[in-house]
Amino acid sequence: MNILVCLKQVPDTETQIKIAPDGMSIATENIKWIINPYDEYAVEEALRIKEKFGGEVTIIGVGPKRVTESIRTALAMGADKGILVDDPAITGSDSLGIARILSAVIKDLDYDIILCGKQGVDDDYGIVGSILAELLGIPQISVVIKVEVSEDASTVKAHREVEGGTLVIESALPALITAQKGLNEPRYASLPGIMKAKKKPLDAKTIADLGLDASQVGENGAKIKIKQITPPEERKAGKIVEGETPQEMAANLTRLLHEEAKVI
Amino acid sequence: MDFSLSMEHEILRKSVRDFAENEIKPVARELDEKEEFSYDTMKAMADLGLFGMFVSEEYGGQGMDYVSYIIATEEIARVDGSHAATVAAGNSLGIGPLYYYGNEEQKKKYLPKACRGETLWAFGLTEPNAGSDAGNSQTTAVLDGNEWVINGSKIFITNGSSDITAGVIPLTRTGIRKDGKRELTSIIVEAGSPGFEARTMHGKLMWRASNTAELYFEDCRVPKENLLGPVGDGFHQMLGTLDGGRLSIAAMGLGGAQGAFDLSLKYSRERVQFGKPISTFQVNAFKLADMATEIECARLLLYKACWLRDNEQPFAKLAAMAKLYCSEVMSKCVDQSVQLHGGYGLMKEYDVERFYRDQKLLEIGEGTSEVQRIVISRYIGAV
Repeated sequence: MNILVCLKQVPDTETQIKIAPDGMSIATENIKWIINPYDEYAVEEALRIKEKFGGEVTIIGVGPKRVTESIRTALAMGADKGILVDDPAITGSDSLGIARILSAVIKDLDYDIILCGKQGVDDDYGIVGSILAELLGIPQISVVIKVEVSEDASTVKAHREVEGGTLVIESALPALITAQKGLNEPRYASLPGIMKAKKKPLDAKTIADLGLDASQVGENGAKIKIKQITPPEERKAGKIVEGETPQEMAANLTRLLHEEAKVI
Repeated sequence: MDFSLSMEHEILRKSVRDFAENEIKPVARELDEKEEFSYDTMKAMADLGLFGMFVSEEYGGQGMDYVSYIIATEEIARVDGSHAATVAAGNSLGIGPLYYYGNEEQKKKYLPKACRGETLWAFGLTEPNAGSDAGNSQTTAVLDGNEWVINGSKIFITNGSSDITAGVIPLTRTGIRKDGKRELTSIIVEAGSPGFEARTMHGKLMWRASNTAELYFEDCRVPKENLLGPVGDGFHQMLGTLDGGRLSIAAMGLGGAQGAFDLSLKYSRERVQFGKPISTFQVNAFKLADMATEIECARLLLYKACWLRDNEQPFAKLAAMAKLYCSEVMSKCVDQSVQLHGGYGLMKEYDVERFYRDQKLLEIGEGTSEVQRIVISRYIGAV
C-alpha cells in the first residue's frame, strides 16, 4: 500500500509562547519545533499499516527549511521518503491554502490512504484534512481512534468516539483519515533509524513546481485573516473556603457559589 | 568556528530525551530504592539502539560518531544516573575494548549480540588493592598448554554480574617486561568459565539500579585464543579505554547537572514563599544563573573533546579536563539543587535527592578527580 502522511511542524507544547510585536502572530525566536502530536499518531499508524501490508510511507510537509528536521524524524521512525514544499509565497496561508498545496503534491502520487492529524496544536483550525479530501474528491473519516484496513486492502473501517459510544465508519479506499489521541502510541526514532534516515530521499518543491501560482496561496489566497492574537487571561488566585466543620464549609461554599461565582 | 550540531544530533537528542522521560523517569526512583537492575528498561534501551553506537554497522553497531554517543549518554543521565551508567559502561568499557582491540573472530563472535543489547560485557580493572594505582594489578594469568590460568579478584565492576553478562575482560599480570616493569595483558573470560565467579555488590550509595560486581578467578581456565590483543598490550589498552570512558563519565556529569538544574528551575518557579516564587529572589536566581553558566561551559568543553576524537586529533588531555570539570559542575549543581528544594530536597520522593547521591561516583570512578589533575598536570608540563 502507498500511504501518505501530511505533517505539520508546531512549537513544542512545553515552549512558552510569546506574541510578536505585530499582535497577529507569535514570536518564533527561541521556539523549539516538534512534529504536531496528532500528526505523530498519523505517522505511527502509517508505519503500522505498512508493516502489515507492505508498501511505502511518504511524508509531506509544508513550511520553511526547519520542517526538514520533523520530516527526517518521521523518516527515522521508519517512513520511506519525504517531500517538503518550501516557498516564500506560502507565508500567511490559511487552511485552504495549505490544503491546496497538499492536494497539488498528492494529485500526482499513487496512494491508497492518506493520514493526517485531526488538527495542528498551534492554530487549532482542524480543517486541513477535510479540505484536502474535498479537493482530491475522496472520502474522509475524521477524529479517528482506530483504523482497520480490510485484508484485501480495498476498504477501511475507522472508529470515532462519540458521546456515549463509538461510531464505526467504513469507506472504500483511497480515503483520508484524521488521527485523534488514543489511536496509537508513537514509537521513538531509534538510533539505527536515525542513521538510515540520512540516506532516505527528501525532495524539496516550490509552488511553481506544483503548478500553483502565488495568488492561490499565502495571504493572497487566504479566505480568512487573523486580526489579533491575545494571551489567555491570567488565572486568578484561588479561594480557600473557611469553616470549622464540614457542614459549615459546605454552607459557605454554597453561599460563595451563589453570591460570588453566581453559578447556582 | 561552527558550534552547531547536525540535524541528526538534534533528532537523536530529542528522541533519547523523550525516551528517558517516558520510559526511565517513571521507574527510576523505585529501582533506586529497591537497588534493582531492570531488565525491562535494559531491553527498552537496547531496542532504542543505545548499545554499540560508535561501532560500525558490519559488527551490528549504529556507526554513529562519538558526539552522538555522548549526547545519548547525557540525555539518559539527565533523568537517571544508574541507567546512564549501564549505557556508559556497556559501551565504553564493555563493547569498546572488544571493538578496538579484539581480532576479527572475536569481534564477529561477541559484538553483534552486545550491540543489540542482548549481552553486556565488563572491563575488569580495579582490584581491592589496586584503585588509582591500577598498574599494580595482582591478578595473574599464566599460560598452561592451550589455556590461560587466571587467579585473583576484581572489584566495583559495572555490568559484571547481570543475568545477561556474557563475560568480562580482566586486566592481568602475565609476567615481567624486559625493562623490569609489569607485563599487563587483557583476557576475555566468558561467563560460566570454570573457576570464574561474579557476585553482585549491594549497599551502594549511588547508581543503585546499575549492576556492580566483584569478580573472583580461582584457577580460572580459558582458551589461549581468548587473549585480547597481544600479550603485554594491556596497559596501553587500559589507557585508551579510559580516555574514551572519561568522555562518557563527563557526559554523565553534564547530563546529571542539566537534570538537576531543570528540576530546580521548575521547582523554584512554582515554590512560593513570602508571596513570590522563590526563583525571583535574587539569591536563588543567581544560583540558577551560575548553574546554567557552568553547565554551558561543561558542555562546550566535553563536545570539543568529542569533536577532537571524531576528527582523529589528540583528545586525551581534554577528556581528562572534561571528566574532571563535568563531574565537579554536577557536584555544585546537585548541592544547589537540594538547597533550592529545601527540606523536600532531602526526601526520596524528590529526584534531586537521588541526583545528589549519584553524583559522588563521578569524582571517583574511572580515575578520581585527583588522578585527572595528575593527568592534566603532566599534559601541561607542570610535573
